Amino acid sequence: MKKATLLKVATQSILKNKMRTFLTMLGIVIGVAAVIVMVAVGYGAQASIEKQIGALGTNMIMIMPGASAAGGVNQGAATFNRLTPADYEKLQRESLMLSGISPVVFTTAQAISAQGNWRTRINGVSTDYQTIRDWPVDQGSFFTEADLRSNRKVAVLGTTVAKNLFPNGDAVGQQMQIRDVPFTVLGVLRSKGQNAGGQDSDDIIIIPFTTAQGRLSGRQRVGQIIASASSPNDVPAAQEEIRGILRESHRLGDGEDDDFTIRNQDEIAAAASSTTKVMTLLLAAIASISLLVGGIGIMNIMLVSVTERTREIGIRMAIGARGSDVLTQFLVESVAISMLGGLIGVIIGFGGAWLVGHLTGWSTVTPPEAVFIAVAFSAAVGVFFGFYPARQAASLNPIQALRYE
Amino acid sequence: MNDSVPTVPDVIRVEGVTKVYHMGSQTVHALRGIDLTVKRGEMIAVMGHSGSGKSTLMNMLGCLDVPTAGTYFLDGVRVNGLTKNQLADLRNQKLGFVFQGFNLLARTSALENVELPLLYDRSGKKRDTRAMAQRSLERVGLGKRVDHHPSELSGGQQQRVAIARALVTEPTVLLADEPTGNLDSRTSLEIMALFQELNEQGITVLIVTHEPDIACYAKRLVEVRDGHILRDEPMANRRNASEDLRELGTENASP
Repeated sequence: MKKATLLKVATQSILKNKMRTFLTMLGIVIGVAAVIVMVAVGYGAQASIEKQIGALGTNMIMIMPGASAAGGVNQGAATFNRLTPADYEKLQRESLMLSGISPVVFTTAQAISAQGNWRTRINGVSTDYQTIRDWPVDQGSFFTEADLRSNRKVAVLGTTVAKNLFPNGDAVGQQMQIRDVPFTVLGVLRSKGQNAGGQDSDDIIIIPFTTAQGRLSGRQRVGQIIASASSPNDVPAAQEEIRGILRESHRLGDGEDDDFTIRNQDEIAAAASSTTKVMTLLLAAIASISLLVGGIGIMNIMLVSVTERTREIGIRMAIGARGSDVLTQFLVESVAISMLGGLIGVIIGFGGAWLVGHLTGWSTVTPPEAVFIAVAFSAAVGVFFGFYPARQAASLNPIQALRYE
Repeated sequence: MNDSVPTVPDVIRVEGVTKVYHMGSQTVHALRGIDLTVKRGEMIAVMGHSGSGKSTLMNMLGCLDVPTAGTYFLDGVRVNGLTKNQLADLRNQKLGFVFQGFNLLARTSALENVELPLLYDRSGKKRDTRAMAQRSLERVGLGKRVDHHPSELSGGQQQRVAIARALVTEPTVLLADEPTGNLDSRTSLEIMALFQELNEQGITVLIVTHEPDIACYAKRLVEVRDGHILRDEPMANRRNASEDLRELGTENASP
């Protein structure tokens, strides 16, 4: 039978029972729409996480104390904090591949100003921090080498801290206290928003690491060292170089494992996006269940249709239709229903994704290939769930089919 | 297979055909050795009571069923042992079916109903299916009703559409199973007149009926009973349906 005729027969049969076809289709429509909305939410989350990772800095390399995955007994990262300012100085002196390097001394403290007080993270860093994190100041300025060398009590505030400590406006030049130590505000950083972990990046105070060690934490250890390679291609080589220098600095023998961990931005990004990928998959899988239910609906209706049209099948067979002709006819019908449902589902899915984004403020991204996959998948559902009823139809005995009332 | 296939084949040649059904533990002998030859241009009435085996014979002749034993040649083709698809193609190319209940597709125009067998044709020779269907409908006198749906046609007209559908593939034989069973006597006469007219044009017609009034328009009578052929003889008092129709017309006209 010709393709055009097959389509016509299918169309006729679909139009004959508009309400029934619509209800059957609804299962697929909801299934496809749900998959698309879920994928859009998942992709949106992934995209925003990637953006946040990108906001970490440029070609960034992080060095953390402790081994991450050494052979034998794994002590976990930061078990022994062996990163010291000496490590930092040695790296700064000997490294050839790094465009910037900064220690990070972490502490948390209450900051007090004349207008308010705020508990926040305090990072003691070097002047390179700005370029490594790609984080310029919006107002005022960053501290200088001179500030660093002479342990000056100066601070640069994240916007959240600035807003809470100086609600009346201009923070630059104002005085504040951290653990009773008076600091002068030099500048306010540009807002970065949430980080990949959902933390507010702007809830932070940046001070010279020398000041942090001398005046606040009092410890000689460094929480972390961050560095940036000259270009993305240099990152692996730079990591190797850092490793060599640190092993020398820590006097590690040939057989000994690293007592520090080096991570680059891509690894962090990969870890974060693999989490959201799993989430997206999970969401899509749950949504696909409704697609499965929709497929069962199609199968049910096609079985009813085959029974109803037993006589028609008998007529067609008597005048020379082969079993394969009948099979194709019913398959085309179920695929037509499911694909049409798929297309409508795509449209509703797009609308739904937009609506979800609009109402919740989440970013939603509908990948164009999702449309193709959704329609192809619904066609596959049509074939899969249409096959059994179609085969039932094709295997009818023409004599009995003609006699069927 | 069989060397005795003649060069100009008979339309139908049935030799020693039996059909046995197994219904649970019961064994039903529907046909117990049938021999039947139908030549080109014949018009045969197959008569018999229900349960006589005539329906089974009809299904067999219509390639809808295969015999348990014996051989069946349709237009020189040995039907025994053909696959389902080959049987379907044979029905499509060599047979035209007319049923008691018309068996037209509802919500499908007369023209499309008639066109349907051509759409299942695999020989690729039948190209202009629309025109062929149109001509076939004209042949049964429905050239002006091509766009009507079965529900918009009378019983007689529906049966004419069915006959047009049977004719459209230019079959070797027209098989009609109780073609007048659902029609009143006047319309029955009209249909029989059409069959006679087609037969005069050279088409082989085989009609299954249990009504002697209908059988008498055939040229030859075959009576089946208990799975055997009881009688096979030329019709003694063959009637002309057109003439009967005219008489009926005058009867009706006179008050």
